[in-house]
Amino acid sequence: MNFDFLRRSPASVARERLQVLLTHERNFRGRPDLTAVLRDEILAVIAKHVRMEPDGVQVKIDRSDRVTLLQIDVEILTPSSVELVAR
Amino acid sequence: MGKIVVVTSGKGGVGKTTSTAALGAALATLGQNVVVVDFDVGLRNLDLVMGAERRVVYDLINVVQNVAKLPQALIRDKRIDTLSLLPASQTHDKDALTEKGVARAIAELRRKFDWVICDSPAGIERGATLAMRHADIAIVVANPEVSSVRDSDRIIGLLDAKTLKAEKGERVEKHLLVTRYDVARAVRGEMMTIEDVLEILSIPLLGVIPESLEVLHASNIGSPVTFSNASSAPARAYMDAAKRLQGETVAMTIPSDKKGLLDRLFGRRAA
Repeated sequence: MNFDFLRRSPASVARERLQVLLTHERNFRGRPDLTAVLRDEILAVIAKHVRMEPDGVQVKIDRSDRVTLLQIDVEILTPSSVELVAR
Repeated sequence: MGKIVVVTSGKGGVGKTTSTAALGAALATLGQNVVVVDFDVGLRNLDLVMGAERRVVYDLINVVQNVAKLPQALIRDKRIDTLSLLPASQTHDKDALTEKGVARAIAELRRKFDWVICDSPAGIERGATLAMRHADIAIVVANPEVSSVRDSDRIIGLLDAKTLKAEKGERVEKHLLVTRYDVARAVRGEMMTIEDVLEILSIPLLGVIPESLEVLHASNIGSPVTFSNASSAPARAYMDAAKRLQGETVAMTIPSDKKGLLDRLFGRRAA
């Protein structure tokens, strides 16, 4: 059995959680909300070619200490509504 | 010309008002001419902690709005005459503080006092940013606890962005004051240590105030802990912090209240 968790004190768990969180928060400090910017720009690009609802793009960022996962969902109403916008 | 100090934290309830009163009283005891200013408009409490709640006639808003002159609003401490209080308003809200009016009041206070210590409201909204606006020195108050440390980090970011000094390309001198520290719990790994907090926030340490019953006792009777029991652990810790603020080198120790067996058994306070 792994008794590792017994060796980690609550204080060291607190310290590590804060270090991960604050490293991320400091990167984005003073910048506009990244998910909002991405959502608006992606929507603008796709809407040039496909008819879109204004809330058709969902952007989510999931972080852990090793990787950051950027998840983008683009919702298009029905297949029949997909038409290329004439250029 | 005096120095403008803001006592700030982001999170509420970590000890900003207690620390403002105690550091102000400590600096006054050291012979400095000090004013403590309550920026928590609408939720004033510094008057209560200082024991001056029944002497408030005019307040910061009255001064900012030119309804009263600064000397009319200042309340001289009854225990030591080098300490004054400028209370906040209880009836107005933060929008009554105009940037221009605050600048004028701060300039006048700077001429009159060696130290102008501003007690910031909690949060990161306008009240907090106005309180830090003119600061030369910031004292960031934090408890060794995750939410407090995170909010302190946020406030440090604001100090580097939203203050007049930052806008002029200068730096606000930042100091960390850790309050409610429990050495025994830190040793047992139940509480982050001072080193943990310093490693995360990386600003210089001004002092460590140990968790103590004396702090509640002091606010109960309306006296800065520096006055109510000058030999108590938190009072000594605040006095050391005040000396460091003045530029003295004081060894960083965490004072403790040594109790006798009878005191432990009966939970009595030293007289």
